[in-house]
Amino acid sequence: MAKFLPLAQAVAENLRDGDKVAFEGFTHLIPTAAAHEAIRQGFRNLVLIRMTPDLIYDQMVGMGMARKLVFSYAGNPGVGLLRRVRDAVENGFPNALEIEEHSHAAMANAYEAGAAGLPCAVFRGYRGAELAKVNPSIKPITCPFTGEQLAAVPAVRPDVTFIHAQKANRRGDVLVEGIIGIQKEAVLAAKRAVVTVEEVVEDFDSLHPNLTVLPRWTISAISVVPGGSHPSYAHGYYARDNAAYLEWDEIAADRDRFRAWMEENVMRATPEDFAARVEGLRAGASIRSAA
Amino acid sequence: MTSFTPNEMMTIAASRALKNDDVCFVGIGAPSAACNVARLTHAPDITLIYESGTIGTAPDVLPLSIGDGELCDTAVTTVSVPEMFRYWLQGGRISIGFLGAAQLDRFGNINTTVIGDYAHPKTRLPGGGGAPEIATSSREIYITMAQSKRGMVEKIDFYTSFGHGGGGDHRKRLGIDTAGPTLLITDLAIWKPDPETKEFTVVSLHPGATREMVQETCGWVVKFSPTLEETPAPSDLELATLRDLKARTDAAHKRDTSAAKRGSKDG
Repeated sequence: MAKFLPLAQAVAENLRDGDKVAFEGFTHLIPTAAAHEAIRQGFRNLVLIRMTPDLIYDQMVGMGMARKLVFSYAGNPGVGLLRRVRDAVENGFPNALEIEEHSHAAMANAYEAGAAGLPCAVFRGYRGAELAKVNPSIKPITCPFTGEQLAAVPAVRPDVTFIHAQKANRRGDVLVEGIIGIQKEAVLAAKRAVVTVEEVVEDFDSLHPNLTVLPRWTISAISVVPGGSHPSYAHGYYARDNAAYLEWDEIAADRDRFRAWMEENVMRATPEDFAARVEGLRAGASIRSAA
Repeated sequence: MTSFTPNEMMTIAASRALKNDDVCFVGIGAPSAACNVARLTHAPDITLIYESGTIGTAPDVLPLSIGDGELCDTAVTTVSVPEMFRYWLQGGRISIGFLGAAQLDRFGNINTTVIGDYAHPKTRLPGGGGAPEIATSSREIYITMAQSKRGMVEKIDFYTSFGHGGGGDHRKRLGIDTAGPTLLITDLAIWKPDPETKEFTVVSLHPGATREMVQETCGWVVKFSPTLEETPAPSDLELATLRDLKARTDAAHKRDTSAAKRGSKDG
């Protein structure tokens, strides 16, 4: 049952060294504040799972927190490579990083299988592609009805999933809207789930029930962190800070500059700092069919 | 006639290949520019789909990522990522998958994973994302890339996305029943696969491009069609549409410029 907690406590109570953890968000609603709190608390030996590792995993890998990365696209979308991840894979800096690489279709299916309580996902994938040769967790399977050759991948089951969402109500139900990505599946596949939200409202009575809602009993803890997905965005609240993604390419390119940036913007910062970072982006927020 | 760059010619030639009734799975970069120029000129009803789940989107500026807010804002509907890959792509509803490449070979096989050995890469690239299944589940694949010896190679280091494999009926032998790469648009030429061997063959040179220029920037021995044509130069409308789109995009991706302007329509 969802407990409302300060972010530091929500992270401390739900994440442990060595955990398999997913900080999910598909370009939208990326849980940056939660990731930064995990970095401040200095967890080690994590297995980081995410379809699109993006900046926060570049930061966690660069800080030496990960022993393994499970992913399907390790890039800074529209900008280029994740330079800290690349340094770990190519040079073992700051430590060696094991990788388990998939396609988006495989990861999406694997999360869905995790949410559905199945041991594996079956889909039509990887045909002619070499990932199946270098990743032993991709196996061929034959349809028992048609004989068609398909691909199987193990279900994703994180110990804990972190997501960011627009709002919670007082009872702790959580609303996600806009590009909903893989977050619902990532929460339902995990043993524990922590959600940061932009705000808490009294109830969801005025909302249409077809919206994506995670009932409070699927969530372990909720923390209110306005701006908590910056430089990603929260549909209806603030726009994506595309300039920050472009800047990251330069910051992450240099080991020393990266450390200095982390020291200033993460180690010596707090969850409360996020609200100010999105202030100038609020006017550009996408608000769909504002009634 | 207004002058234009090879890159602009590439984007406009690619946009012309798209039809009004296409359902197109759009990659970021040149494919995204081409698809939106098509939508803003000759194909106003084209369905553009980005892998973040936005279906039938009509962005005013080109997105930096596949999930910018504007894509959702202007879409007919937005679905979850599992639904996108299961129902829409694997379900066979995409007519054109539009991909870019870091490395490409003459049979349209694409590498966006690693340069060098997978276990000890010289350069670790972002990886496949949606592309491995886009390449086999879309009914056809269009590829666009700027020509270079480093990019267009005799043998790619890693098969991220399967094109025509070793050529001929290789796709069919693997049980893949979609057409695969049917068009390659570079900054110098338009290429189509030979009907038998499936090797990409130059069918049209862009204005100002020569056979020598194509060969010098390609890592394999290039085949030219006996009926080689010249690609029509961009029209004023095509060029103006592309440049306006790029100008709006550049402004939007710089801090402090875009937000207020774009927000006004949300009232």
